[in-house]
Amino acid sequence: MAENQSSVVSAKNLGLTFQTNDGPVNALTGVNLEVRKGDFVSFIGPSGCGKTTFLRVIADLERATEGQILVNGTTPEDARKNRSYGYVFQAAALYPWRTIEKNIALPLEIMGYSKDEQKKRIEHTLSLVNLSGFGKKYPWQLSGGMQQRASIARALAFDADLLLMDEPFGALDEIVRDHLNQQLLELWARTNKTICFVTHSIPEAVYLSTKIVVMSPRPGRVTDVIESTLPKERPLDIRETPEFLAIAHRVREGLKAGHSYDD
Amino acid sequence: MTTLRTKVWPILAVLVVIIAAWYAAALIMNRTLAVEEAARKGEVLTTGAMWLKSYSMDKPLLPAPHQIVKEIWNSTATMSITSKRSLVYHAWITLSATLLGFALGTALGIALAVGIVHNRAMDKSMMPWVIASQTIPIMAIAPMLIVVLNAIGISGLLPKALISTYLSFFPVVVGMVKGLRSPEIIQLDLMHTYHASRTQVFWKLRFPAAIPFLFASLKVGIAISLIGAIVGELPTGAVAGLGARLLSGSYYGQTIQIWAALFVSSIVAGLLVFIVGGIERLVYRMMGARPEATA
Repeated sequence: MAENQSSVVSAKNLGLTFQTNDGPVNALTGVNLEVRKGDFVSFIGPSGCGKTTFLRVIADLERATEGQILVNGTTPEDARKNRSYGYVFQAAALYPWRTIEKNIALPLEIMGYSKDEQKKRIEHTLSLVNLSGFGKKYPWQLSGGMQQRASIARALAFDADLLLMDEPFGALDEIVRDHLNQQLLELWARTNKTICFVTHSIPEAVYLSTKIVVMSPRPGRVTDVIESTLPKERPLDIRETPEFLAIAHRVREGLKAGHSYDD
Repeated sequence: MTTLRTKVWPILAVLVVIIAAWYAAALIMNRTLAVEEAARKGEVLTTGAMWLKSYSMDKPLLPAPHQIVKEIWNSTATMSITSKRSLVYHAWITLSATLLGFALGTALGIALAVGIVHNRAMDKSMMPWVIASQTIPIMAIAPMLIVVLNAIGISGLLPKALISTYLSFFPVVVGMVKGLRSPEIIQLDLMHTYHASRTQVFWKLRFPAAIPFLFASLKVGIAISLIGAIVGELPTGAVAGLGARLLSGSYYGQTIQIWAALFVSSIVAGLLVFIVGGIERLVYRMMGARPEATA
């Protein structure tokens, strides 16, 4: 039971079938997964493997059609209503008519935090993502990387223990991405959150994760779950160590095994 | 200096062409009248005198621009604004109906759009009726509306304003439905993850996202509100308002008076659209829009 208590996401035989005009599409099938408190779990696989769909099921943005899933020990719907996760989308999705600090205040306003508390949390989260001093700027005045950091700050503002990130750095160039990956690891170490992170970059997944979930399409399923042996402290040049390359190799093998390079 | 070159000169150039064409047309259209009048009086006109006469008739077919300007000047600046012959007085009568109708139309348009976006039944049922309402010629509806309202004791400003409302709610509904639906799925999903209520989604996302659509609609709405108010004055034999001036001008063949009223109404329409545009720029600036995006 002690193990169950620290389980943040627990999926048993989870499946999801979309009914489309071209007939049913099997987006996810037979997914079994445990995410424990403090884990950094990456979901990697080609398009159509259901990695984003799985994240959306956790977030109650999609409903599973088979099997069972618990988030913080409750249904995804209750977890959402308890505001127990923060979600970071592929695009920053900042509201253009709000300043950065007002964007971060958005969830706080909705959840009914007092003005003083809002102010405190805005300052705190801005410093967590290294954007102190940019609060009064409008989104268009910031670079793409800074906008995405602001959207992470927005997801952190109400201090949910679980952070769901859907290819948050996918649209950014590699230099910015490296930098943000490093910052994300620091943030994770400092805040002790549980992070579920969708990506299609092998180096990104290996660099960030304590656990890598390799997925493959048609039907979307999990082909391998790799527990990382890398230490928690990870400088960028860890990516040239044999240990790192071995894990990356195993991920690549897992992707191949899922025939995901077929087309 | 660049605004002078890029904005003022092109407009002035077109204006000069229009005025030149106008004088030419006035000469062609009024010449026959001038010659006939001279013949009745047994006069023989030189070419120069014929020109002068064509541009200075009391009831010309097409008044020359300077005659219209003079008439506008005489009926605005040189006259007390409470006088029944003052165009300021008539313009104010029409303007007050326009503004009331515009306010009601905007409110109705927004209310309908909110209903259509939030209620499935309204979404499925309302839009065809909204569109059908605009396919009926306003000239057909206006007299009936005024007669019916008169019969139940409503007269004066409100019936005219309601015709403005009838015209101006339409662009607002269409624009606002599109605007309230303009947030991307990702932004709506974000609200869903916060477990936001529908009211919160409306005020924090849908409404601000709809503002640019609203202003585009308001610019159309204010101009047709004015038309609605003028049309409302035509079929009822109204004694005051720009529409009444147009009507009495046409009864008595006072073409200069008709054109003066037309000019004033288009100046008022221009000013109204300009004011809405100014408010739009102000609101955009308050909403932190990129400076060049508002220009």
